[in-house]
This record gives sequence, C-alpha cells and structure tokens, in this order.
Amino acid sequence: MSAIIEVNNLGKKYLIGEKERYLALRDKLAHPIKALKNTRSSEVFWALSDISFSVEKGEVLGIIGKNGSGKSTLLKILSKITPPTTGEVCLRGRVGSLLEVGTGFHPELTGRENIYLSGSILGMRKKEIDKKFEEIVNFSGVEAFLDTPIKRYSSGMSVRLGFAVAAHLEPEILLVDEVLAVGDAEFQKKCLGKMGEITKQGARTIIFISHNMAAINQLCDRVLLLENGHIKKNDTPESVVSEYLRDLTHQGGIWERTSSKTVAEDHFVKSVILQNSKKINTRVFFANESIRIQCCIVSKKQENIFLAVGIRDVLSNQIIHLNSKNQKEKLQTKAGKNMFQVEFENILSAGEYYVTVWIGDASFVTQDYVRDCISFSVDLSNLDTSYHFGSVIVPATWSMVHLD
Amino acid sequence: MDILIRPTTQWWKFDWKEFWQFRDLFYFFAWRDIKVRYKQTAIGALWAVFQPFVTMVVFTIFFGNLAKISSDGIPYPIFVYVGLLFWTLFSAGLSDVSNTFIGNQNIITKVYFPRIILTFTSLTTSIIDFFVACIVLIGMMIWYHFIPSTIALIFIPFLFVITFLTTVGIGLFFSSFNVKYRDVRFILPFFIQLLLFLTPVIYPVSLVSPEWRWVLGFNPMSGVIDTARVVLLGVGHVDWLLLSISMFVSVVYCLIGYGYFKGTERYFADVI
Repeated sequence: MSAIIEVNNLGKKYLIGEKERYLALRDKLAHPIKALKNTRSSEVFWALSDISFSVEKGEVLGIIGKNGSGKSTLLKILSKITPPTTGEVCLRGRVGSLLEVGTGFHPELTGRENIYLSGSILGMRKKEIDKKFEEIVNFSGVEAFLDTPIKRYSSGMSVRLGFAVAAHLEPEILLVDEVLAVGDAEFQKKCLGKMGEITKQGARTIIFISHNMAAINQLCDRVLLLENGHIKKNDTPESVVSEYLRDLTHQGGIWERTSSKTVAEDHFVKSVILQNSKKINTRVFFANESIRIQCCIVSKKQENIFLAVGIRDVLSNQIIHLNSKNQKEKLQTKAGKNMFQVEFENILSAGEYYVTVWIGDASFVTQDYVRDCISFSVDLSNLDTSYHFGSVIVPATWSMVHLD
Repeated sequence: MDILIRPTTQWWKFDWKEFWQFRDLFYFFAWRDIKVRYKQTAIGALWAVFQPFVTMVVFTIFFGNLAKISSDGIPYPIFVYVGLLFWTLFSAGLSDVSNTFIGNQNIITKVYFPRIILTFTSLTTSIIDFFVACIVLIGMMIWYHFIPSTIALIFIPFLFVITFLTTVGIGLFFSSFNVKYRDVRFILPFFIQLLLFLTPVIYPVSLVSPEWRWVLGFNPMSGVIDTARVVLLGVGHVDWLLLSISMFVSVVYCLIGYGYFKGTERYFADVI
C-alpha cells in the first residue's frame, strides 16, 4: 500500500523579533530598496528543517518533543493553516484537523447551533451533522442545555461539547494536537477511549501530538521525536518514548536563575533542583519513588521565612501545594546562600508537571515567586497495574464484608 | 484526491472545486452572522428599517430643508433615500468585510478553509438590510406616486452587482491589509465618512459640470446612485459614460483586491 501522507524536506522559517513577513504588494514594489536596507536586520529561525517521513494508510503516528520543538508548526503545515518555506507534503485523502477543542464556537449561539457551526468549520457537511447529531449530543452529555447560549456554559461543558463534535469527524486523515489534555479526568478517559476506538477501526490515519506518554504508548503504531525542529528519532513507541524520557533525565533536574535579579527583596530563589530517591538529579520520576525539590535561596539577612512549592499539570491545575506555614518547624535563613529541601512521595499520575516556588518573609509577605520554573515527567511504566485515572494515585486498602 | 502542499502556489488560480466542497460552511457562516447580529436586541430586525429611515429624515431636515441642496426637482426625502440605499449597502458591507479576518482570527489560526468564504459571508447582513430597506423604498414610492420604468427591473440587479464588486474589491484589500497592519481600524471609518461627501448621495450628479462628470466614475458608487435615481424616479437620462466607467473601475478594484488577498492569504495564520 502506498503512503497516504508523504512529507519531503519540509522546513519552516520564521524571523525572530517580528512574525513572518509575508509577501505584501508593498514589499514587492519596495524590493530593490529593501534588499539593500533590510538584509541583516532580522534573525532567521528555522522552526522546522529537513523533515521527511511518510505514514501508511491506517497507521497512527505519534509526535512527541519538548515545548518549542516544532510539533505544532508541523501540524499546522499539514493542515494547510500555514505554508512551509521549503519542501512539500502530499496528502492522499480528506484531512480533518483538530488543533483546538471547540473551534469556531460562538458564545452567543446555543449548544445546538454551535454543533452545526463547529462541525461545518471542521469540514463536516450539513447532512453528516444531521445524521450524527444525536450521537454527538449523547457523547457530550449536555442534552439539558442544548438551547442555552454557550456563554452560560461552564468551561468543562463547552470543552465536552467541542470534543464531542470533533470526535465525530470522519476524515481519512485526522490531525490531533493535544486535545486530550483538556477536560476533567473522567472526560479524558472517555476521549482516550474514543480515540482508541477510532484507531482500532484502522480505517483512519491519525497523526497525534501529546505529552501524555501513556496515551502515546497505548494508541500509536509509530512515534516521531522532534528536537529543535529536526526529527531525532522515528521508531516504535517503546523505543522513542524511552529515549525521550532518557533525554529528559540527562538534562538533569536543575533550574537556575539566569537573569541577574537586582532585588529589593531580602530573599530570592537562585536555583531549583529535582532529585529522585537515589539523590540523582532528574526530570523523570517513576512510581514508588519520592520527589525531592531543593531550592537555593540567596538571603540578605537572618530571618524566619516561609516557603511554598506548587506542582501544576499541563493545564495549570494546582495538583499539589506544599506550604511550610502548615508545619511546626521554622525555616531560618542566614545571610548568603541557603539550601532548603522538601521531599514527598510521588503520588502523581503519568504526565507532565511544572514546579512553582514561592518565598515569603516572617510576616508572610511575598519575597520571590518563580512560576513553572522547571518541568518534570511522571512515568508509571514500572507499575504492573494500569488502571490509574485522575491526578493522583492514593494508596488505599480495600475490604468487603458479606451482609446477610 | 491528492492534496499537495508547497511553499508557493499559483495565486491567480481560483480553486472552484474546493470552494464547492465548502459550500455548507458558506451557509453556516452567513447563518451565524445573521443569528448573532440580532441576539439580545429588543427590536431585532426592525433595526434594518430604522437606520436608513432615520438617516433619511435627518438628511432631509438638514440638507434638504435647511441647506436647500438641489434634488433635480424630486422630493428630497425619496431622492436622498435612493442614494442612501446603495450607499449603506456599500459602506456597511465594506466595514464588515474589512474586519472579517481579524474578527475570525481564532478560527483562521486553528483550521483551514478557503478564507475568501469569510469575505462573502460577512456581506450577508448588509445585503439582507438592503432588501429590507428596498421594501421601505417601495412604500415611499407609493406615497410619492412614483412609478418606476420597466427598465428599472433590469437595471437594479445590475447596479447591485457593481456595488457588490466594488465592496468586495476594496474590502478584500482592506481586510487583507488589516491582518498585518491594524491601521485599517483608524483609516476606514474616516475614509468612509469622507467618501460619503465625494459620492452623490446628498446632492445630485448634475451639480458637477458635465465635462468633469466622468471623473466621478473612479468612485463606482457615483454611477450606481446616479443611474438608480434615473431609472427609479424617472428624471433625467442614464449617463452612459459615467456608468461604464463605474462598471469598469469596479472590476479593476475587484481584481486588485483579489490579487492582494491571494498574495497574502497563506500567511494570515502567521501574521494575524
């Protein structure tokens, strides 16, 4: 079978400082002068370069990589939203792209109206939407609010409705960007289930970007690892995911303040270090390990301070908040560098997380706040159980008594 | 059905096949604009009648009665109303079209469809308003005992087409320009206001000396409004030179606008 998607030598150039300068009539007219004047002023940045791969019909291709590695740019080119600078792409089939949940929703329109609007924007014909309307409504679970303008919906509800519309798209090629990272846990499970169902039918070719390694492992036949706009690896999910996690580990779990902070405050965060149970700096944590977060704080004087560490998920939901104010012991600084440490059991479920550190002085007034300074992944592949949903895994004991 | 994505496209080609595939989207965008327009308004669609009617009354008081601007012997209210009818179609249409890409930027950056659909659908509301305003015109013609000549029925659709081409042409240019340079937001209301006085809406074309009338044709709305008055109200003769220049210029504007749009279209998502 010939490849349904073929990508050859694809590259995308941006100019740093300003967004891509397009071919304006004025630019064309002014070209002779511009060429003399404007050659060195802007710096070139290749968001993608030398990308070549192909996808067979019915295959599910995952794309992973750190933020800024070019994943989304690649998907935008494949879905014709933005043109490439070099190379070419050949798509042999109808393409549907899902770069956002609820594309085209209008807040003033009702749920019913938005199903039609969003569906048609995503490329469905009216007849198709008519046929699937019931199914979409059932899947979304917002039956009762169909005739309410969606500006009155909770964000969860509109996300559900958006995904429900998208899940019923039936193109031959489906491009999906991280949409599973939305909604509450139960809905995420439903979405993963739906994705699994679609992939099992095997009729559709899917390209799927995610930070959720479990989903990648579970759904994809093959995975591309992007790094700085290049393909670093193109192989089976197991080998690519493990390479990605290994890379993260090698980068070490250290964040350092690069800008020299000229502080009026008495205390500021100099660096944050992540360590596992074996006291190795890392950015990947497995099940049954502990996570140790060390903060180097530079102080001007001796003071009892308060420290808080927050862990957020990719959607910026606060999953864990550790605050020294909840504890009896006092944390006392001395002038100069101080190292503080907080350690806790890894109860997080698989995914990507961000660390935020806050310092308060003796009267609990903010001294420094570094938001999402370092990220880490949680990988639960060392567990032999797999039913982990929700944000945290809490040790629990089960029991049963027979009544009667 | 193969889709080929390359760095450059042949921008002068219009992809009719693709346009046809997206015909439902055409309908839904138009439908959205109409629905949204009168949501949470107390008198709803009556606004379409209210606006041109009140403008007509105000213009009649100030330009007709106080300034005593000539109206070629026609009652000033109906004289100015015919002008306003086409002028409003043009000016409201132009400002809607010019903002259409900016207004839909959240869709443009997330999904592909032929962007030009938005240009046409953003005109829906002004076209509907035009037809509603036509009903008011019929009422006024009965009131003032004007019987339109039969050629009016042939001319009016034709004048509508010229207005449409002019609006789409200038609109495509401004809306594409607007994607990168938000200056349009400041230029456009000003431009439209000035143009109102350079168009024979509140005064007749006969105010301009005959040997210079053809110059008015660079603003195609002049030819449209002048001809509309002749065929609807039956005074004077069709100025064929002015009308043909208007028609020709409207086609030229349309080509320039389309060319500029096509040259920039693919980069909208990067720049917007």
